[in-house]
Amino acid sequence: MARRASRRSVLPGFRMTMGFTLLYLSLIVIGPLLTLPARAASLGWERFWSVISDPRVVASYRLTLGASLAAACVNGVFGALVAWVLVRYEFPGRRILDALIDLPFALPTAVAGITLTALYAPNGWLGRPLAARGIAVAFTPLGITVALIFIGLPFVVRTLQPVIGDLDAEIEEAATSLGASRLQVIARVILPHLYPAWLTGFALALARAIGEYGSVVFISGNMPMQTEITPLLIITRLEQYDYPGATAIALVMLLISFVLLLTINALQGWSARRLAN
Amino acid sequence: MPGFLYRAPGGTSPQRRHLTEPAFVRWGLIAVVLGFLALFLAVPLATVFAEAFAKGAEAYRSAISEADALSALRLTLLAAVIAVPCNLLFGVCAGWAIAKFDFPGKSVLTTLIDLPFAVSPVISGMLFVLLFGRQGVLGPWALDHGMRIVFAVPGIVLATIFVSFPFVAREIIPVMEAAGRHEEEAAQVLGASGLQTFFRVTLPNIKWGLLYGVLLCNARAMGEFGAVSVVSGHIRGLTNTLPLHVEILYNEYNYQAAFAVASLLALLALVTLVLKTLAEPRVQQPLVSRVRQSGLEAWE
Amino acid sequence: MGIEVRTLSKSFGDFAALRNVSFRVAPGDLVALLGPSGSGKTTLLRIIAGLERPDAGTVLLRGEDTARLGARHRGVGFVFQHYALFRHMTVFENVAFGLRVRPRRLRPSDHEIRRRVGELLDLVQLSHMADRLPSQLSGGQRQRVALARALAVEPKVLLLDEPFGALDARVRQELRRWLRRLHDDIQLTSVFVTHDQEEALELADHVVLMDHGVLEQEGSPEDVVEHPATPFVMNFLGQVNIFHGRVEAGKGIFGPLAVEYPAHAGQNARQASAYARPHEFDIARTETEGGLWAVLREASGAGPLVRLQLSCADGNPLQVEIAREPYRTLQIEPGERIYVKPRRVHVFVDAGDGI
Repeated sequence: MARRASRRSVLPGFRMTMGFTLLYLSLIVIGPLLTLPARAASLGWERFWSVISDPRVVASYRLTLGASLAAACVNGVFGALVAWVLVRYEFPGRRILDALIDLPFALPTAVAGITLTALYAPNGWLGRPLAARGIAVAFTPLGITVALIFIGLPFVVRTLQPVIGDLDAEIEEAATSLGASRLQVIARVILPHLYPAWLTGFALALARAIGEYGSVVFISGNMPMQTEITPLLIITRLEQYDYPGATAIALVMLLISFVLLLTINALQGWSARRLAN
Repeated sequence: MPGFLYRAPGGTSPQRRHLTEPAFVRWGLIAVVLGFLALFLAVPLATVFAEAFAKGAEAYRSAISEADALSALRLTLLAAVIAVPCNLLFGVCAGWAIAKFDFPGKSVLTTLIDLPFAVSPVISGMLFVLLFGRQGVLGPWALDHGMRIVFAVPGIVLATIFVSFPFVAREIIPVMEAAGRHEEEAAQVLGASGLQTFFRVTLPNIKWGLLYGVLLCNARAMGEFGAVSVVSGHIRGLTNTLPLHVEILYNEYNYQAAFAVASLLALLALVTLVLKTLAEPRVQQPLVSRVRQSGLEAWE
Repeated sequence: MGIEVRTLSKSFGDFAALRNVSFRVAPGDLVALLGPSGSGKTTLLRIIAGLERPDAGTVLLRGEDTARLGARHRGVGFVFQHYALFRHMTVFENVAFGLRVRPRRLRPSDHEIRRRVGELLDLVQLSHMADRLPSQLSGGQRQRVALARALAVEPKVLLLDEPFGALDARVRQELRRWLRRLHDDIQLTSVFVTHDQEEALELADHVVLMDHGVLEQEGSPEDVVEHPATPFVMNFLGQVNIFHGRVEAGKGIFGPLAVEYPAHAGQNARQASAYARPHEFDIARTETEGGLWAVLREASGAGPLVRLQLSCADGNPLQVEIAREPYRTLQIEPGERIYVKPRRVHVFVDAGDGI
């Protein structure tokens, strides 16, 4: 049952725009992506496995995933608070603060990277008092986590804000008139509405953190087995012209990103269904 | 105020406010949030400028007018000037194809468009190295034709296009979908050609979404680091963009100059934020008026 | 439990929603707050529920001042116009909500909750929907769930905000009758807000009419229809023909219409208006007293009533509704003059200072 053009729409330009779109995508996205499996295949399974299970590489997976998870959790908690406060409360400077939330999104990652390093280095403005208490931030996994918190900040906030804003005042009034305390209203009525968007924001922050390079590579210190992130290892291989090795590691990362992307899409679908009337 | 945009029509009941937490809880939360945001947003932002001017205004000026810095600026601008219009064209075409027509595989298409978001910037750059590098798939072919792509300006431009291309499309597609097809169909029936329909009917409806998308696309194009770092040869004065130049200065321990150049990028980010904030309410407005109109059942 | 509202006032910024409103609701009554949009009736209801705070005045529930009590502790059941059901909970959980959030010592056991919810769902005839989500219910069903939910906490007073406003006409009719029967069964003091005068007059024991934040009149449905106290009430509760003129020396003179008005015996003339309902006219071919001549423009209607559009001598339109029989007997054609006489006229003297 072929779809005839006449059934699609009255409007013109489908062939042209669709054609251009597909061409562009092929050149810019699909083509480049297709080189990956080919390149990795040239390795052969044995070498592929030895590359991706190399202790240094495995250490980088652990670091990257661990720090990303920790940062996403922090952003999950504080991001929710930020979103709630920005939507529900009035206070001076609220609008400026609201606009500033997107700063990590708009700021080039290299700028964020060197700034956070300067701040948290042992002689930095924040690093010095922390070092005095025995807490080292820069050049440790903690520093990596701090950088990832920075770049993931907007995601939870921006996904939650519209949902919080759409909360029906009457629902809360109904719950209150039925005798619920404010805490009960929040826990039983408001939060369930927020879960899908909350998780989506968390997943987005996590996905961004896993692939992050520029903000992290300065503050991490790049010590093998300790503070090397996976993207750095890919670059190292590329600089050594070990393309297949780089590809192998990249495939593992892509697999994780792909799974996350699917999860995010599913969550967004769940969210839409939940809140549909 | 968000959340009150879609008031049901009919009835002149005054604005209703939500029940809320007791005052001390509210102010406590506000304090916590302000503390968190100060720590993670305000302090770093201030630091950029503090460090940039650490050695005075004179040193600042010489740092940003130094030859290598200027050529980095030129390259950054070049990449943006090419990437943004290309991606704008793509976004508009993709938006038109997706929003105004029905066809199978639409979700696959939108997933493909979203792909650069899911891919680490380093991998994005790596893709082009794999494609056009010395041992790349098309590497020998390029060399044969005397084209240096990787470790040269064309590679940087390509990588920039890749990482920034979804932005315009992602902003336009929802706006175009929300606007529906009725107006364009009406224009067709009245005898307008495709281009006339687009410029006279569609474009005015999407202009704020377009601006918004262009802003984000530009910010990403100028600020991209990871992907460009992989593709560039890090050759001072030739294949360095502003972010890469920042890295070089920093690795040479020339902190003040690094921050001086970084402050330019930070300024760009701030300008983007301001323009974004101004454009944002207008992006939503066509949606609001359409929701209101359908609520009033004036058309259907 | 009775409700008493004393000198309640409330403004939202510049907008005065309620001005000095006072009235009483007798225990067990079903009372309608009736008025157009913006009359303040919903604000009044919400103040009684504790969802808004008044600027001045008090609300007494069962003789107790509620000033210190928030919405949570007033023991009031509230049914919202758009139901406000908890979308993520089943029908059962919605109804059980009020019981589940009670402080531990007052909370009934799981078994008891199930029993009570079951009873209530039986009452609203939705037992078979207990496990559905609100999105799977029709508007009428959702409203019944909202009602069951409000009743679950055994409130002393039931408040309903335009409970049938969001439903289509037929469902509205059914639910109206159903609500009345329910009220007769459980005898719970109830107040409902509506802008539909038919609904108010059909359902309520007592009607409170409001306009622009002011209480215009209260009384039984018969009272307010037969003896409207103000032009607003008269106008709101049905069609009217309005004649402008004056009263003096015991008479009311409204253009061609003249009536007795002993209430104003003085010689000084005062501006006044006479209101007459279309269905309270008699028509004839010959002149008697207390009526006026008018020319028939159009006669319409296919049912038991005929609607006549007429023009008076001064050009003003006049609407009359009469039964088909008298109309057919007279055999009047459009363009002919007939004599119309109102059986009853309500005269309202203007508040100003004479002509």
